[in-house]
Amino acid sequence: MAKERRTPSGLEVKPAYGPEDLPAGLDAALGQPGRYPFTRGIHEGMYRDRLWTMRQFAGFGTARETNERFHYLLKQGQTGLSVAFDMPTLMGYDSDDARSLGEVGREGVAIDSLRDMERLFAGIPLGEVSTSMTINGPAIILFAMYLAVAEKQGVPWSQVRGTLQADILKEYIAQKEWIFPPEPSMRLIVDMIEFATREVPLWNTISISGYHIREAGSTAVQELAFTLADGFAYVEAAIARGLDVDEFAPRLSFFFNSHLSFFEEIAKFRAARRIWARHMRERYGARNPRSWMLRFHTQTAGCSLTAQQPEVNIIRTAYEALAGVLGGTQSLHTNSMDEVLSLPTEKAVTIALRTQQVLAHEIDVADTVDPLAGSYFVESLTDRMEAAAEDYFRRIDELGGVLRGIELGYFQREIADAAYRYQQEVDGRERLIVGVNAFVEESEERIPILKVDPALERESCAAVQALRQERDRPAVETALAGVAQAARDGANMMPPILAAVRAYATEGEIVRSMRTVFGSYREAAVF
Amino acid sequence: MTATVDSESTRRVRVLIGKPGLDGHDRGAKVVARALRDAGMEVIYSGLHQTPEEIVEAALQEDVDVVGLSILSGAHLTLVPAVLERLREQHMEDVQVLVGGIIPDEDAEELRRMGVRGVFGPGTETEEIVRFTRSCARRA
Repeated sequence: MAKERRTPSGLEVKPAYGPEDLPAGLDAALGQPGRYPFTRGIHEGMYRDRLWTMRQFAGFGTARETNERFHYLLKQGQTGLSVAFDMPTLMGYDSDDARSLGEVGREGVAIDSLRDMERLFAGIPLGEVSTSMTINGPAIILFAMYLAVAEKQGVPWSQVRGTLQADILKEYIAQKEWIFPPEPSMRLIVDMIEFATREVPLWNTISISGYHIREAGSTAVQELAFTLADGFAYVEAAIARGLDVDEFAPRLSFFFNSHLSFFEEIAKFRAARRIWARHMRERYGARNPRSWMLRFHTQTAGCSLTAQQPEVNIIRTAYEALAGVLGGTQSLHTNSMDEVLSLPTEKAVTIALRTQQVLAHEIDVADTVDPLAGSYFVESLTDRMEAAAEDYFRRIDELGGVLRGIELGYFQREIADAAYRYQQEVDGRERLIVGVNAFVEESEERIPILKVDPALERESCAAVQALRQERDRPAVETALAGVAQAARDGANMMPPILAAVRAYATEGEIVRSMRTVFGSYREAAVF
Repeated sequence: MTATVDSESTRRVRVLIGKPGLDGHDRGAKVVARALRDAGMEVIYSGLHQTPEEIVEAALQEDVDVVGLSILSGAHLTLVPAVLERLREQHMEDVQVLVGGIIPDEDAEELRRMGVRGVFGPGTETEEIVRFTRSCARRA
């Protein structure tokens, strides 16, 4: 008897599938492309009408270096921008803070104030390009800076398009880059949703992210379930604020990982759309079809890349990207082959973008909508992923919801267990990885990697210190007092933060004002 | 897997797994911590976002043989020397320091020159880390 096979999430995989494996009621569960429950995609014509957005995440050094990379990527045919911020910016520290030492500009671009943001988008018309910003704890501050740059360019907020990640729940669950405790953090997110719904109608207020959950070691089923559970938690928080679900839900977006297990990934994307549509309509009473649509960005799996034989990563990434496209993604980032070693070189990032262009223009997969629909195997897998996610939703409800699950360390433990299992499978050679535990090369040629000049850290520190001398000090103090006041009063935080940003208060100063009211957070780490 | 006491030592090897700096990528730190624990060592995990001072303080309090630092932020050439410096200040030169994470080869060589005993990058088997940690602790 052949050995039993399972997907990485543990779902059984038979040698062959037939009509008897198709789920009952398949027609209704599938629907038509562009129609409820959107299993087959959110648009009727999908990529025939409009290709996915090729959006490579980029950022390093100072705003000037990253601005140059943005101009380069736009010139190469990229169609949207995606900003990577450095660790101090993600964690709410200025470049010259003692905690920032050695980290400025390393993993992304260093942004301290509106002045840096103006440099970051110099020569890039914000009315024409859409920008995604991977920022969570201090998202509200960076959003305010972006809107202030638009003002300075004379672009009305009604034309500004882009996405904030602003998904704080997955920070506590997986990525661990938080600033404040969960409750005030949730309030800040609802403040942004409320503000953007009225003032910046084309903005995707939040990108509910499974990517980091997966990178932290979860399975595909856990990524699916925890991400959608987070999504439901945001919907419930916004409804509790008094917002109408159909006002804000159309601007919620998602962000998934595309890993190596090809069919399981495709099934995950299809199941995600169906689950979201059903819950939005049936459980939250949304009536606008746009509220039912799960729109998502995909990034290929960073954690699937190997430091050994790094050129092979180009191939892994191409398969993962194909899964994202067959799963109906709205935008895509393909990792560069060297990202397991450092930030990508220009050459590596160009190959990654070309990988998407080959996918879009040479292999004809964009011509037919949801081409795997009706496949005995893919439909069975989609159905079983959905059922497994529903099991997790019940467990999370029993625990008392997502916030309670975080407090209990439930998600963190589930992910750590899955990560450990995966590593044991690799160590035990039950799972083969080319170059790591199979087909190893004794001596490997090194590929060139990007070096971030340490002088950029000093430059960034000097710039923020000079800014503090130049600006109108009393105006900054007044604005920061306004931020703390709103934090205490419970008023929407966007207007006072916009005022502080316009006065060139730094990110670190604004965070400190909020921290005096909100406090900070420390997790009980489990392993 | 059962925990076994290292037969060649009178006590269990004690290891602190530390996450210095701002990066929150704790997958590797946790997997390694668990593998060392499953191999019979006493493992203390610092939790995230620790300063070099906090890590050395914990190493002192917990009386560890080995400190494993997990860094994926690119700040290793700042954070690791800071930890080594504070260990020297506390006269804890006998504590062995290992580093894991995204460390370019030439930086790994520099870290070794500074006094780091081992550097482990992506793709390392946990068994190799277990063996190395045990051998370091024995010589400690």
